[in-house]
Amino acid sequence: MMEFFTNTNLGIFLWTLGQALIVIVAILVALAFLLYADRKIWAAVQLRRGPNVVGAFGLLQSFADFIKYIFKEIVIPAGADKAVFILAPMISLVMATIAWAVIPFNEGWVVADLNVGILYIFAVSGLEVYGVIMGGWASNSKYPFLGSLRSAAQMISYEVSIGFIIVGVLLSVGSLNLTEIVMAQKSDFGLLGWFWLPHLPMVVLFFVSALAETNRPPFDLPEAESELVAGYMVEYSSTPFLLFMIGEYLAIVLMTALMSILFFGGWLSPIPGLADGLHWMVLKMLVLFFLISMVKAIVPRYRYDQLMRIGWKVFLPLSLGWVVWVALAARYEWLWGLYVRWQTGA
Amino acid sequence: MTVTAFAFYVFAISAIGAGILVVFSRNPVHSVLWLILAFISAAGLFVLMGAEFVAMLLLIVYIGAVAVLFLFVVMMLDVDFAELKASMAEYLPLGLLIGVVLLIELGLVFAHWNFAPEAAALRASPTPSPAEIANTQALGAVLYDQYVYLFEIAGLILLVAMVGAIVLTLRHRPDVKRQDVVAQMHRDPKAAVTLIDMKPGQEGRAHGFRGK
Repeated sequence: MMEFFTNTNLGIFLWTLGQALIVIVAILVALAFLLYADRKIWAAVQLRRGPNVVGAFGLLQSFADFIKYIFKEIVIPAGADKAVFILAPMISLVMATIAWAVIPFNEGWVVADLNVGILYIFAVSGLEVYGVIMGGWASNSKYPFLGSLRSAAQMISYEVSIGFIIVGVLLSVGSLNLTEIVMAQKSDFGLLGWFWLPHLPMVVLFFVSALAETNRPPFDLPEAESELVAGYMVEYSSTPFLLFMIGEYLAIVLMTALMSILFFGGWLSPIPGLADGLHWMVLKMLVLFFLISMVKAIVPRYRYDQLMRIGWKVFLPLSLGWVVWVALAARYEWLWGLYVRWQTGA
Repeated sequence: MTVTAFAFYVFAISAIGAGILVVFSRNPVHSVLWLILAFISAAGLFVLMGAEFVAMLLLIVYIGAVAVLFLFVVMMLDVDFAELKASMAEYLPLGLLIGVVLLIELGLVFAHWNFAPEAAALRASPTPSPAEIANTQALGAVLYDQYVYLFEIAGLILLVAMVGAIVLTLRHRPDVKRQDVVAQMHRDPKAAVTLIDMKPGQEGRAHGFRGK
């Protein structure tokens, strides 16, 4: 039986399809509860109850919302470019979903173990901007268009600093493979061996850039309701809107996965002696998601010029300087080789 | 047909189809979107050839950055389609003439194509197989070890070009108001805000303030 799945074309296809389905279903179900958690945390900070009607403690609220979105009417504006208008939310969702193909949840638990895994994620998250731009343009309306222009500028700006931060980590690892990035952080010192310690300033920068890259508050300028109503989503209703929303949240959860892999040792156990495993990865992602939702609750929205200034004049020079520092520290093995976990060519 | 061949035909056909549609789309934004599809198909072809690093670079640089800016510019353009169509008929003969001349020139070149005697030896120079060494390492060894000085010179030339472009377009215009961030942040609230104690029914005397 196993031979069929590893040797024949059809078998490999079915095997990969099954793995992909398991990952997608698990993530989408988890997403439903993460959405609920996000709303509950937000409500708790504002001394409200949050969703508490559907199911016990309102646990099934997301599923009720899901059904509501599906059964509403899809309204397409008369002046809209129909094909692009429908295509945009699909691209947004698909790009957010396919990035999960290379995320390892445990040693060997990955759908596609690419040699260039981190570049793949970077490329796919770069493509996510198309959903937003196309949606805003195809709506043929002022607010969506302004929102999509803002988000295009914003996502490109912050991708640059995210790229440099990733380069810094890669210099320490010596590989672009996500599994190897995690394995490079394995040491006898548990959580002290992870990259958050040597790359501490970049953890903060990456967290903030991740918020900006995923259009999350306090950088949700593309959909700032006080200025642009709902930005690029104004004209969307029903299922297309749902696709946009799922795509956005998937991108956020992907960023938590990426942060835990790059800086917090993925599935490695923080305490030496305890077993590594999937639960650590999930726990780290949940803690990071909690931080992201707390940011949404307690930080006021930035002004657009401030956002751009931080991106280009603060984050870019800092991350670029950090790459130079890591390159020197790795090359000459300063600080007891803290920055280099591989055999350099020298 | 193997899976690889099937994938090749899918990517190849979509690349060519998208390329044709770039030219024939009536809407320039659609053209750019088809261009992006052509880029993605080309990236898929690179992956099939085992050049996954180049494929990812194509995705990141061309699709993730260049095409976004391109789309950005095209979306902002105010294109008059009626005018475009009218001038199309005007320029069609000239365009056709240029096309025919190019085609004849290319035909002449290809008819007399000869390979230099060294070409075969150059092509046979040892490139490590993708199974032995990862793409990224192989390219890194060539760029940063073997040809590091050429690479640095190329970088310098690009830097000079960038500085040149900025110098050419930079104009200091005194009539444009600029935001001084440091001055804004260090502004003293005590000097900037004055509290006025207004009596009810009294006429406002502050800057532009009119009571009632």
